[in-house]
Amino acid sequence: MNTKTIKVDYLARVEGEGAFSIKIRNNTVTEAHLNIFEPPRFFEAFLRGRKYSEAPDITARICGICPVAYQMSATHAIEQAFGTHVEGPLRLLRRLIYCGEWIESHALHVYMLHAPDFLGYPDAIHMAQDYPDIVKRGLQMKKVGNALMAFLGGREIHPVNVRVGGFYSTPTKQAFGPLREQLKWGREAALETVRWVAQFSFPDFVRDYEFVALRHPQEYPLNEGRLVSNKGLDIAVSEYEKHFIEEHMPYSNALHSRLKERGAYFAGPLARYNLNFDRLSPLAQEAARTAGLGPTCHNPFQSIIVRSVEILYAFDEALRLIEQYEQPDLPFVEVHPVASNGCACTEAPRGILYHRYILDDQGLIREAKIIPPTSQNQKTIENDLRHYVEQHIDLPKEQLTWQCEQAIRNYDPCISCATHFLTLQIDQA
Amino acid sequence: MSREHKPTLAVWKFASCDGCQLSLLDCEDELLAVAGELEIASFPEASRAVVKGPYDLSLVEGSITTPHDAERIRHIRRVSQYLVTIGACATAGGIQALRNFQHVEEFISVVYATPQYIKTLSTSTPISAHVPVDFELHGCPINKQQLVEVISAYLNRRKPAISPHSVCMECKLRGTVCVMVAQGIPCLGPVTHAGCGAICPAYNRGCYGCFGPKETPNTISLSRRWQQLAVSKQDLLHTYRTFNAYAEPFRQESEAHEL
Repeated sequence: MNTKTIKVDYLARVEGEGAFSIKIRNNTVTEAHLNIFEPPRFFEAFLRGRKYSEAPDITARICGICPVAYQMSATHAIEQAFGTHVEGPLRLLRRLIYCGEWIESHALHVYMLHAPDFLGYPDAIHMAQDYPDIVKRGLQMKKVGNALMAFLGGREIHPVNVRVGGFYSTPTKQAFGPLREQLKWGREAALETVRWVAQFSFPDFVRDYEFVALRHPQEYPLNEGRLVSNKGLDIAVSEYEKHFIEEHMPYSNALHSRLKERGAYFAGPLARYNLNFDRLSPLAQEAARTAGLGPTCHNPFQSIIVRSVEILYAFDEALRLIEQYEQPDLPFVEVHPVASNGCACTEAPRGILYHRYILDDQGLIREAKIIPPTSQNQKTIENDLRHYVEQHIDLPKEQLTWQCEQAIRNYDPCISCATHFLTLQIDQA
Repeated sequence: MSREHKPTLAVWKFASCDGCQLSLLDCEDELLAVAGELEIASFPEASRAVVKGPYDLSLVEGSITTPHDAERIRHIRRVSQYLVTIGACATAGGIQALRNFQHVEEFISVVYATPQYIKTLSTSTPISAHVPVDFELHGCPINKQQLVEVISAYLNRRKPAISPHSVCMECKLRGTVCVMVAQGIPCLGPVTHAGCGAICPAYNRGCYGCFGPKETPNTISLSRRWQQLAVSKQDLLHTYRTFNAYAEPFRQESEAHEL
């Protein structure tokens, strides 16, 4: 019997601590595990008894890469519970700060975490020795995303200006002046990014996924919409827990989420793109077509193109929003706590992020539930590893190991989020 | 500056949100220059290449929450010439130190369906509770300019120029009118370590203490003032029990408001 193991004990260029192990017997994968050993931090537990107003700042600390996603899901869930409606310029500013986070997070992933795999470098710093101008462009794009977050939020990591009901303060329209010029540069740089990544060579790897994302009647989804899939799911966010379940695996500190009826599913940029191509701006649609993508894409390795298209969209959308913006009279809507429960789902850079809270009449949190995108993608990542290894079983082990890492990085996994993620072991036995 | 060997840099992670090490990648204008002065020998979030230790400069993010991590930090100390902790988790135990005030067994059952799979300590503790630390950089998250200052101070063999004063000084430097005096907004600025640039008051909210206690904070006096502003004991307790809950002055003050 011919058995072997492929494993990586500390997965690099992902956010947080994880590993993988793949066991192979007679050219068949018998086990593909994504092990998340990042220690648990118990957010749901210590949120109990805290005031509703603390939730955006506390949950932001789950992830330094996508704090705005946590702040947005928390505020929307609590506002749904209290019957608070945030409209007009305040709604616009929330969409705008989220665009900043998409730019920052996606530019980090495209340039610093994922592109080195396609070009054969261990990291972006080594890549910069051969491609200095490209790496500098990526860093500058990331900087513009961060500048947008810092302008609206006070700082890029754990912004301080978001509150339930809106913001602590809002900017004048005039104050956007210098930022608008940076965003225009960013939009051009994003167009070049789409052209650049479209030239990479991609493994021929297409699977029949169930993609899950938000869908909004008019917009490319960020903060609102129904949960839909390409396999018939079409539900209100409030029905989430009727259709999805979380399971605890002995080898991972992150819970695995699955669709009760159909199992593994795929969240994130590729899911959003496949379900919402028609909601992208004309410029983003055009760039995607020029890059050789149709309105759907089922190759996770090409997620780097889709992520770049989303960066372009975020710059384009940010400029549109700034054009529309008028400073409101008040920075927030008054909130009136009532005993209630509420939930919300928003599109974090890595996919849908679900929050649910039970609150009492003093506005204290009695129960909290948070389901991050990486928990939702774990099963699909493991299935990808299984299929990819079986298709490429004859590759030298070192090369196969690297490509397995790349297959995991397709999902931009965020382990800090998921443990609340990652070491790769490929076990060929 | 010419050197025979570039000093080596390692970045380590314990229980945390990754935000503080992201601060290094967020130094968009300085990152390539830093990489020119230091050999980035181990930084898994940024690179799959690892150079074997020992390391000249280690940056440590996160708090100690598992038996394995308590061992790992001792190994890291042994292979590091100069060890700097970055952020509230590494310097004070972080938000996850809220478990130190509760029963951790109950916490596990709340978050994880099958509790027997989880190995965790009952406390979240700062790095300094386990090994000697050469410099502590505060903040949740740290300020990236301060991180660049700590690295360049190390390269130039001098003490980092990090002010130990309060956030109040930063409001004055920035020209922000005091939100507590002028508007009666409760603010932790007087007892909180400077470094953020006094962002919250500039955005019309009170400081919430994410940089932790400054040197010699008078929390008793500040709490008295907050109570005059009609802040309840429970809210005071929660105010001191956030991202630096286990830093000694904040821990003591929070306990004074236990119901």
